[in-house]
Amino acid sequence: MPTEQENLEHLVNRRYEHGFVTDIATESLPPGLDEDVVRAISARKNEPEFMLDWRLRAFRMWREMDEPTWAHVHYPPIDFQAISYFAAPKSDEDRPKSLDEVDPKLLETYDKLGIPLHERARLAGVAVDAVFDSVSVATTFKEKLSEAGVIFCSFSEAVQEHPELVRKYLGSVVPQRDNFYAALNSAVFSDGSFVYVPKGVRCPMELSTYFRINAANTGQFERTLIVADEGSYVSYLEGCTAPMRDENQLHAAVVELVALGDAEIKYSTVQNWYPGDEQGKGGIYNFVTKRGDCRGANSKISWTQVETGSAITWKYPSCILRGDNSVGEFYSVAVTNNYQQADTGTKMIHIGKNTSSTIVSKGISAGRAQQAYRGLVRVMPQADGARNHTQCDSLLIGKECGAHTFPYMEIRNPGAKVEHEATTSKISANQLFYCRQRGISEEDAVNLIVNGFCKEVFKELPMEFAVEAQALLSVSLEGAVG
Amino acid sequence: MLQIKDLDASIGGTEILRGLSLDVSAGEVHAIMGPNGSGKSTLAQVIAGHSDYEVTSGTVTFKGEDLLELEPEERAREGIFLGFQYPVEIPGVNNAILLREAVNAKRRHQGLDDVDAFEFLKLAREKMAVLGMDPQFLNRGVNEGFSGGEKKRNEILQMAMLEPSLAILDETDSGLDIDALRAVAEGINALRSPDRAIILVTHYQRVLDYVEPDHVHVLSDGRIARSGDKTLALELEDKGYDWVREAASA
Repeated sequence: MPTEQENLEHLVNRRYEHGFVTDIATESLPPGLDEDVVRAISARKNEPEFMLDWRLRAFRMWREMDEPTWAHVHYPPIDFQAISYFAAPKSDEDRPKSLDEVDPKLLETYDKLGIPLHERARLAGVAVDAVFDSVSVATTFKEKLSEAGVIFCSFSEAVQEHPELVRKYLGSVVPQRDNFYAALNSAVFSDGSFVYVPKGVRCPMELSTYFRINAANTGQFERTLIVADEGSYVSYLEGCTAPMRDENQLHAAVVELVALGDAEIKYSTVQNWYPGDEQGKGGIYNFVTKRGDCRGANSKISWTQVETGSAITWKYPSCILRGDNSVGEFYSVAVTNNYQQADTGTKMIHIGKNTSSTIVSKGISAGRAQQAYRGLVRVMPQADGARNHTQCDSLLIGKECGAHTFPYMEIRNPGAKVEHEATTSKISANQLFYCRQRGISEEDAVNLIVNGFCKEVFKELPMEFAVEAQALLSVSLEGAVG
Repeated sequence: MLQIKDLDASIGGTEILRGLSLDVSAGEVHAIMGPNGSGKSTLAQVIAGHSDYEVTSGTVTFKGEDLLELEPEERAREGIFLGFQYPVEIPGVNNAILLREAVNAKRRHQGLDDVDAFEFLKLAREKMAVLGMDPQFLNRGVNEGFSGGEKKRNEILQMAMLEPSLAILDETDSGLDIDALRAVAEGINALRSPDRAIILVTHYQRVLDYVEPDHVHVLSDGRIARSGDKTLALELEDKGYDWVREAASA
């Protein structure tokens, strides 16, 4: 085994060979993944020893693992050695100088989504002092949070400022070897968000990465860790409705939630990654591991998601209901259009007594899109009084799309109550004609029907998010009929 | 208001309407009767603009405009209402929301602001009371789980809210018990006015006891075989459709 010193030297030499400039702080790593790359990432982030060890363990596990193939999605093999695992932030010179330089199509979409003018520049990555009002907003925001004792910062910052918390909880919900992509993420994650809500604190506002100014360029391997200590409450919003473009095709994020006794975490996502063009070219692969652990008694974790983006989505936000009387919820709307593929669902693992879970999944397919719901409900022998209700509905628009349902139930406690309901429906020509005969355009009619179909999920979203999500759905399904 | 001249129309290559002509003026109520397969529903669907039906020749003008050039929603906003024979269920879409969208679509077309939400509800409740409908129907999915009679009342409610210039009611009377028939007829009569026309497509004379038509036409083999006043309906009831058919082919 080479020493760490030798490794570093090797790395420095190798980079030199490739003729890279030596500005270590901002430069990207060449494509490829080996232990040196993992060490380099950790070194650049100035991480303590335990983090490097943790990453290296993950990397070694990942090397032994095979890429999963069970999901109902199809894509050409990914060359993991062709990816650069540390990308420097874009310099201002590479970014558009003003909105005039931004793709007009993108601006048109912002317009349809009703995104305020001053936010558009920030979203489009315009290099202007991207501050606008958000700096002052974020500052007041931070003050309020720190008064309450809530920690909300980037993952890198948490590693520096709160290593004891990171060390205690990182990987405690999604262990490194959990799956191929989680292992990869553990080895090379670039940044992400960290939240800690202390005992008995109700977080005074909804937390959103939007307010975390340094959230830009968290890159393709994002890591989020949210810990709600006993009796606390937090609502977290991830993503935004504006279309997100990224030159990295593969995204493999990990989100871990920990709810201790009597704590509640509400995690809402609106995901609108670039889905590729109408032929399905160039879209993002979104392979995410999201899991919540209801570790204490009477705790609750609720996932709500509206997914319209990505070329391929592979995602199962799950709950481990360990504490007695704990509650897990999953509310999901997934839209796939054109050539998008999604294999998504949830897992509810009942371990504690009197645990209950609710799954409401609404899948909408249009164009030639393929969508699968994959859900697991597992009731362990000791989980007396466990209850689950699953509602899984698919809506098809057009003739060439598909919806597939794969429900798995593993019930090892005879007293468990588990219900599964599934429906598949189509927007029929008769429904559309009926609406049109009442003066409603075809597009508005589709929106009415789709929003009606999704309302059970939308009502779980925070108010402003729900309004945005409706607008997003109508943009995503534009031209789906006719 | 509506002029149909020598209209030929087919569905899936099968010719249904063959040289149908009809003139409807404002203020009039026309009843169109005829046996199954004579083309009554096709006529209604063609006027509304259903894309399954192909107009192969002839003209249709509405308020002087070429109706066949307009999309179904444009026809609706111009004031054409079709009460469907089989109103479709749209699960999950709130009945009140569909109704308000429809009212607003028309108002926007007329250059008016959207209807005030409070005013809208108040008006809808009033109309529902006249039709003997429980206000709860507003909160249900469009026609979702409605009985046959409830669906028909819902059509009349929509018509009442939209105040069309031309209402075509396609067998709105069929499958109704006597109370529902009375309520529906009352709704139709309430809409009668000098600037509005109504076409009642019906199989039976029964509804004409409640809604008195100005003109009665009998359709046979895709064209109007006979026209007359309300006594024609009674005669038809008495003698049966074969009488018209024989008369037409004679």
